[in-house]
Amino acid sequence: MKLTLPLTIVLVSMTLPVFAQDSTSAGAPAVYEKWCTPCHGGGEGKPGTISAAALYKGAKPAVLAERTDLTTDGIKTAVRKGMFIMPRFRKTEVTDADLQTIVVYLTRRR
Amino acid sequence: MARPLPPGVSQRDFSEALTQFAAAVGKEWVFSSDDDVDLYRDAYSPFWNEAEERIPSAAVAPDRVEQVQQIVRIAGKYRIPLWTISTGKNLGYGGSAPNITGSVVLDLKRMNRILEVNEKNHYALVEPGVSYFDLYRHIQEKGLKLWIDPPDPGWGSLIGNALERGGGYTPMRDHFDAHCGMEIVLASGEVVRTGMGALANARTWQQYKYGFGPYLDGIFSQSNFGIVTKMGFWLYPQPEAYFSGTVMVPKHDDIHALVDTLALLLNAGVVQGTTSVLNTASFGPPDPELARIRVGSSTSDLERYMAQKGLGYWTVDLPFYGPAKVIAAQWEHAKEKFSTIPGVQFRDGASYRFPLSQAELEKIPNPVPLGIPSLTTFAIGGPFSQGHMWFSPIIPMTGDAVIEATRVFEQVYKDLGNPTGALPGLPIWSFFARAFVIIYFFPIEHDVEKNRRNREIFKRLVKVAADHGWGEYRTHTAFMDDIASVYSYNNRALWRLHETIKDALDPNGILAPGKNGVWPRRLRRTNA
Repeated sequence: MKLTLPLTIVLVSMTLPVFAQDSTSAGAPAVYEKWCTPCHGGGEGKPGTISAAALYKGAKPAVLAERTDLTTDGIKTAVRKGMFIMPRFRKTEVTDADLQTIVVYLTRRR
Repeated sequence: MARPLPPGVSQRDFSEALTQFAAAVGKEWVFSSDDDVDLYRDAYSPFWNEAEERIPSAAVAPDRVEQVQQIVRIAGKYRIPLWTISTGKNLGYGGSAPNITGSVVLDLKRMNRILEVNEKNHYALVEPGVSYFDLYRHIQEKGLKLWIDPPDPGWGSLIGNALERGGGYTPMRDHFDAHCGMEIVLASGEVVRTGMGALANARTWQQYKYGFGPYLDGIFSQSNFGIVTKMGFWLYPQPEAYFSGTVMVPKHDDIHALVDTLALLLNAGVVQGTTSVLNTASFGPPDPELARIRVGSSTSDLERYMAQKGLGYWTVDLPFYGPAKVIAAQWEHAKEKFSTIPGVQFRDGASYRFPLSQAELEKIPNPVPLGIPSLTTFAIGGPFSQGHMWFSPIIPMTGDAVIEATRVFEQVYKDLGNPTGALPGLPIWSFFARAFVIIYFFPIEHDVEKNRRNREIFKRLVKVAADHGWGEYRTHTAFMDDIASVYSYNNRALWRLHETIKDALDPNGILAPGKNGVWPRRLRRTNA
C-alpha cells in the first residue's frame, strides 16, 4: 500500500491552514467565500461550476467569480429565488448588506 | 399569494404575536412580508406549484436562548405552531419549510456561536446555527488537530443533523451517537441541560454523556418535545493517515460471504468508517454492451462480462483511519478475511497523510470522508437538477437482505409503470452500526405530474418496506405521517407513548405539531 508523500509537501502543508477547497476566488470578500465558493468555485466537485460548464459549454466561464457579464438583478434573483439545484438564501444567512457585498464583488469586472 | 394564518389563530392574535416577537428579537428579525417568508419555502418541495405545499405564515430569528424562551411563551399564549430550523439546509428532507401550513418558522441560524473547542479531550460545544463549514473553518484557523464528521451537505447544522440522526463517513459517523450533552428550551420556556449539564457547576458536560438518573437526550431527536439550543459533540483526533482499499468479488452469490465478512470487520472495529456495497455493473461510464446484457441476459452472462472487464460483480470500498502502520495491518487483516471468497480481487485506493496541503485538497473530488465539508453531493442529480428527496430504509446487514430489498423495491417501480425499475443497484451504505441503509434518490421537478407520480411511488415503497419488516430512518416532512403509521407494533404503542410525552411537555401543542408523526392532542384527531 502507498502511504507516503514527499516530505516537502508534508512540511509545507503543516504551515498552511486549509480553509476552502479552492484558490480561484482569492481576494473575494468573506461572505462570498462562505456562501458562494463551495458551489461556484474552482477545483473538483463544485455543483454550481459543473452546472455552469454544462449550460454555457465554454461560452462563459464556469467559475462564477471569473464572469464579467453578471448583473445586479440577476445575482439578487439567483440568491433570493434560487436556480436549478441552488436553493433560496434567507436573510438570516445572507443579509441584504451581504448580498450587496456579493453583487459588488461579482460585478467588479463589468 | 395570500399569507396563511396559523391554524385556529385569528388575524388579530397573529398580529399581536408578531408584535411581541418583534419586541423580543427586534423587528428586523421578524419576517412577515411575502418576499421574506417565501425564502423559507421548501426549495425542493415535492408539492411544487400545488396547493398542498406547506407554507409558513412568518418567521422569527432569535439571537440567544433568552429570546427563544420569550418566543415559546408568546407562541404558547396565542397557540401558534413553531417550526424550528437550525441552518434550514435539511434539503431533500424538507429544507426550512414547516410540516403544516401557517406555522411560524423559528429560525436559529443567528445562534451561531462556537462556544468551546477542546483539543485535549476532543470535543466542541456549539449553537444550532453553527454549520459544518463554520466549525471546520474555526478548527483550521486555530490550527487544532481535530476532525469534524460532516454529512454530505456541509452547510448543514451540527445540531440539526445530529437531531435528525444523520450520518457521515469517519469513525464519528453516527452524529447523534457522537453528541454529549444538550441544552433545551421546553414549551413552557424553561431551560434544561442534560447529562452532566444538570450540575450547577458542571465540569464534564461534554465528557460524560449520561449524568445521573434517566437519560432523556433521545426524546429530543427527530421530535417536537423541545428546542435544542446548545449541544456538545465528540470530535475525532486528526489521524495520521487515511487509506481506502477496494474488494471485488466475481459472483452474484458472493454477496453473502462479502457482507458477512464486512459485518465482522465493522463490528470488530477493524473498519471504522462508512462503507458501501455496490453492484459494480450499475456504476461506471456508459457501456452499451453492458446495458444489453443487463436487460436480456442471465446472471452468469453478467458475471462473465464483468470478469472480462477485470471487475467484480460486487464491490466494497473499505476506509481506514489512524496511524499508518495500524492501517496497513488492518488492510492486511481485511484481505486475509475476504480471501476465503474464490476469485476475490483487491486494489489499493486513495491514501493520504494529514494535514493536507491546499494543492492536494483541490484535487480531491469529494473530501467529505476526510472530515472536510463540501457541497459536492448537490451535483448528484445532474447539472440541471431542480431538487431531490430521499427514501431511506434500514435493512439488515446481510447478503439476503441486500438481494431481497433490491428486488422488492425494483418491483415497486415496475408495478407502477416504470419499466427501468428503481435506480438499480444503488449503494448499500453502512452509515450506522449493525445495519445497512439504502438511500434512494427521488428527483424533484417543476412538473406537477412527475412529482405526483414520485409521491405515489414513495408511499408504495414505504408500505412495501414495512410489509417486509424494514422501516425508514428519516424522511421528508411530506411523508412523516406515512412512515410513522407503519411503526405500528402493538396498536401504535410507541407513538401513543410519544403522544403522552408530547401532551405532558407541550400541552398547547405549539412545537412543530406533527413532526415525525407526533401530533399534539388539539390537532391529533384531524391529522393523525
